[in-house]
Amino acid sequence: MDLKTVTYLIVGATFLLYIGIAIWSRASSTKDFYIAGGGVHPVANGMATAADWMSAASFISMAGLIAFMGYGGSVFLMGWTGGYVLLAMLLAPYLRKFGKFTVPEFIGERYYSNAARIVAVLCLIIISVTYVIGQMKGVGVAFSRFLEVSYGTGLMVGMLIVFIYAVLGGMKGITYTQIAQYCVLIFAYTIPAIFISLTLTGNPIPQLGLGDTMTGTNTYLLDKLDQVVTELGFAEYTTEKRLSTLNMFAYTMSLMIGTAGLPHVIIRFFTVPKVKDARSSAGWALVFIAILYTTAPAVAGMARLNLIETIEPNPGDHLVYDERPDWFKNWETTGLLKFEDKNNDGRIQMSADTTDNEMVKIDRDIMVLANPEIAQLPNWVIALVAAGGLAAALSTAAGLLLAISSAISHDLIKGVFIPDINEKAELLASRIAMAVAIGLAGYLGYNPPDFAAGTVALAFGLAASSLFPALMMGIFSKNINKQGAIAGMIAGITVTLLYVFQHKGIMFVQSTSFLGDMKANWFLGIEPNAFGFVGAIINFTVAAIVTRMTGKPPVEVQELVEYIRVPSGVSRAQDH
Amino acid sequence: MTSDNKNKAQTYWRANVKLMMILLTIWFIVSFVFGVLLVDQLNTIRLGGYKLGFWFAQQGSIYTFVILIFVYAKKMKALDKQYGLDDQ
Repeated sequence: MDLKTVTYLIVGATFLLYIGIAIWSRASSTKDFYIAGGGVHPVANGMATAADWMSAASFISMAGLIAFMGYGGSVFLMGWTGGYVLLAMLLAPYLRKFGKFTVPEFIGERYYSNAARIVAVLCLIIISVTYVIGQMKGVGVAFSRFLEVSYGTGLMVGMLIVFIYAVLGGMKGITYTQIAQYCVLIFAYTIPAIFISLTLTGNPIPQLGLGDTMTGTNTYLLDKLDQVVTELGFAEYTTEKRLSTLNMFAYTMSLMIGTAGLPHVIIRFFTVPKVKDARSSAGWALVFIAILYTTAPAVAGMARLNLIETIEPNPGDHLVYDERPDWFKNWETTGLLKFEDKNNDGRIQMSADTTDNEMVKIDRDIMVLANPEIAQLPNWVIALVAAGGLAAALSTAAGLLLAISSAISHDLIKGVFIPDINEKAELLASRIAMAVAIGLAGYLGYNPPDFAAGTVALAFGLAASSLFPALMMGIFSKNINKQGAIAGMIAGITVTLLYVFQHKGIMFVQSTSFLGDMKANWFLGIEPNAFGFVGAIINFTVAAIVTRMTGKPPVEVQELVEYIRVPSGVSRAQDH
Repeated sequence: MTSDNKNKAQTYWRANVKLMMILLTIWFIVSFVFGVLLVDQLNTIRLGGYKLGFWFAQQGSIYTFVILIFVYAKKMKALDKQYGLDDQ
């Protein structure tokens, strides 16, 4: 069977599975819709959280980024896993004890203010919408490359699938679909990695293969990799820093606290029965995430090595362009891979020097998708990777859409505008909000605004500088009051946004970047994507100072803080 | 809450914060200290084909994170029980 038929079969089978689950797990109450009834087993919730968390960025982009950044790419590995330690110890158990449906709801009650709740809703929507655009793009790209349909058609099919299980099942449908999607995506990620590790090192475990010797030699794979990249003039793979030590520190910290502050991740911990389940569920989530995240560096290093060895099998022996392999041609037609014969010798020269380099474009995103083809793996493995990429993008999109729709129907409609809305009407409102959110996400995925490329990284900076500090202070301090929290959130998010905009342009329009994207102007050499850490410090500081000037919160709020700190007496997510 | 219960809740909270501080110190050391600040020094030591600092940044810190959360969950479960605050 040819690749296209196999891909249709495998992707089609996974889609049927998702729809089947959707029909089986319909939501019948708002509690089902927002938090899956509050009765999800911690291991199952961990698996769903892992799928929710691992997006197209983790599945498709991350290994490619690490492949080209080497050691510097570690910021993503540590940043996107270390956040779960913070989540398990600083937020998840207490927010579960609080026992409500959404993140802004906690902020609204802890800071006894609808204004704080609305600020939190706005932060949530900005964070989640920017994030969902990236997922929609991932769906469109995966479809157009592997199923050879147009980008727009691919997007429509993806939206339709999400629509069916998210609108019908809400959190309940999403949770069980995410469990299936986790299985698909982890299988799709690890199988090619095992094959490649076996071929290169004879070791079937990629995590060990990366530290092993090359088949038939005594040379360690990483030493070989260091050698070939430095011969081409690039920095040494295992020691290449991302700008500076301080920048790597700030970047890692931003991603960690940003991860812990992402609303669509936090609400997953509202679905487990008890406080202790929230703690262990975070552990299970990280186990399932770590399987992919510890495989990714192996995929990255091995892909870089394979790519270089394809183009330059032996030093000085360059690949003849007309003899290039099929995957090379396929990716050239997508425009993500470009060759320019600068010295007209018909051969491909790759170099760190941009004047000599003839591989003028290697899109980072193709590394994972093309990896099985580069390693000449069978067609079913390539088809599986396509299904895995789609599972990663769809599962994250669904989680984000739920966070957005529950913020609108529960926090805005019920919380602020129509407090006496009945449950049936609220359930209908949440379904309509979900449908509208899907339509909007699809529209933005089809017509991505100029700033779409920079937005996923921005979402972490915003979550780190706005929601995380507000939530953490709300639990660990009885003193922080409403003025402090609101001022802190606004100061943190504003400073972070301004820093990003002044270097990358207002809404990422290059010409409006009044300081230019120049390293010389960076504060302490910290790049804009790593600035959420500084924004968070500002949030904490402003909140503390403003609170000091305006006095303690009311006694009932201090009692609420005492209540959430104690794990016993949890209700199964109250219906108010 | 009676004042007795309040005292109990406060000592429980202090024990929780203490445990958390210990675990977060380890969290900080394996990632930020071993993986970023002292990476060059650690890279002089090898772990098979891995330089040790590189290994912590791309593998070791993640394994440690997983262990830290389960240790926290287990110790807190015992603490909940000790203070009679577990939900049964």
